[in-house]
Amino acid sequence: MGIPIASTLGMLGDNLTKRKSALPLAGRVVTAWADGLDLPHGGKTVIYTGQMWQMVPAINAMGHQLAQYEEKEADGMFRMVRRLNRLVNLTSFLARTTAAEREVYYERLRNIARLLKAAGVKFGYLYEDDWYAGALAYDEGLDPAFRAHAQRVAEMLKRHGVERLITVDPHTTNMLRSIYPKVVPGFHVKVTSYLEVLAEHPPKTVRPLDSTVTLHDSCVYARYEGVIEPPRELLMHGGAKLVQPDLEKGLTFCCGGPAETLFPTKSGKIAAQRIEQLKACSPNVVTACPLCLASLSRAAPKDVHVRDISDYLVKAYLPAAKA
Amino acid sequence: MKVDPDFLDTLRLGGEFNARQCINCGTCTALCPLGMEIMPRKLFRYALLGNKEAVLKSTEPIYSCLLCKMCEANCPGGVHIAENVRALRSYLNAEVLEV
Repeated sequence: MGIPIASTLGMLGDNLTKRKSALPLAGRVVTAWADGLDLPHGGKTVIYTGQMWQMVPAINAMGHQLAQYEEKEADGMFRMVRRLNRLVNLTSFLARTTAAEREVYYERLRNIARLLKAAGVKFGYLYEDDWYAGALAYDEGLDPAFRAHAQRVAEMLKRHGVERLITVDPHTTNMLRSIYPKVVPGFHVKVTSYLEVLAEHPPKTVRPLDSTVTLHDSCVYARYEGVIEPPRELLMHGGAKLVQPDLEKGLTFCCGGPAETLFPTKSGKIAAQRIEQLKACSPNVVTACPLCLASLSRAAPKDVHVRDISDYLVKAYLPAAKA
Repeated sequence: MKVDPDFLDTLRLGGEFNARQCINCGTCTALCPLGMEIMPRKLFRYALLGNKEAVLKSTEPIYSCLLCKMCEANCPGGVHIAENVRALRSYLNAEVLEV
């Protein structure tokens, strides 16, 4: 009973080995967010999404599919699907998404790029070479597949002459900043989260926020990477008032997202628990991770608004878009 | 209980596994968002004792772990709990699940 662990992880590992991502996306799905932004190809400093934001709609769709098997005996079927997936990318059928679903997450990436530009940061983009960093494979202990992939990513970055990566989510930040240097000999690329970059060079506040919000710290940002103050500084500098739960900063409570693939029911219960803690402070919940955003949004009742921090930062630091 | 004296060494082939600093205080279990009694101190004790059978029976808790590090941040022994759980996964993937 339950989602078969071996076949599910096997598929993710096979995908990473054969298709460079645990959940492979078509090339245009990865890069479409950058249309119209005129980001230069490559450069010494690049924005690196690691496909995390683009992948969230597919993760949601995949999770929905997998959840149907949580209470069933499906080992045989999953073994067959894994065998077929080695030949054809079945995960792309299982995790189909609509343009509207993808657009929600593209917009956050555009927000981030615009904010960096407004802060005067010069950066390029690797477009089709903006590869997944391998966080899920690493977390699930798929070590051979992860190590081979990390080596491949490192070589690709070297080919492009990249010296500094600006990352846009905690998981990619953690992989490239803390894990790659341990598993890839000679990996010395400087890795900085866009929140750290912006906090160091905050753009001028043009439309002060008049909102009371509660910030949900991502476990990976807060406890793995020590990124705790930058989101607070940026929100407060932009005019927001923060009301925080007891479980914040280094004591933050998980959003439940990491259990979503294999144990969706447990994941949902943890997300609901976290939402209760956050909404006691404010109905305006701010996240700084695409997976936290997805997980907490699923658990939030209608009167709780879960938004990414970039939604607020755009309001505070960028002029209103012309209609 | 059958003890496998080589179990810990085999486990370490998959990565860092060190729970010797664990003082069995239970802070980790009390704080775990999953509320699973075996996680993580009992599980680590089984591994340290070479109780391979008990570890192998614990597939669900091992893969349920969120790796959120709430336990690790509060561990008075400074045990690298998340890395230990990852090592257990790596071991199970290779030895049992054949992933």
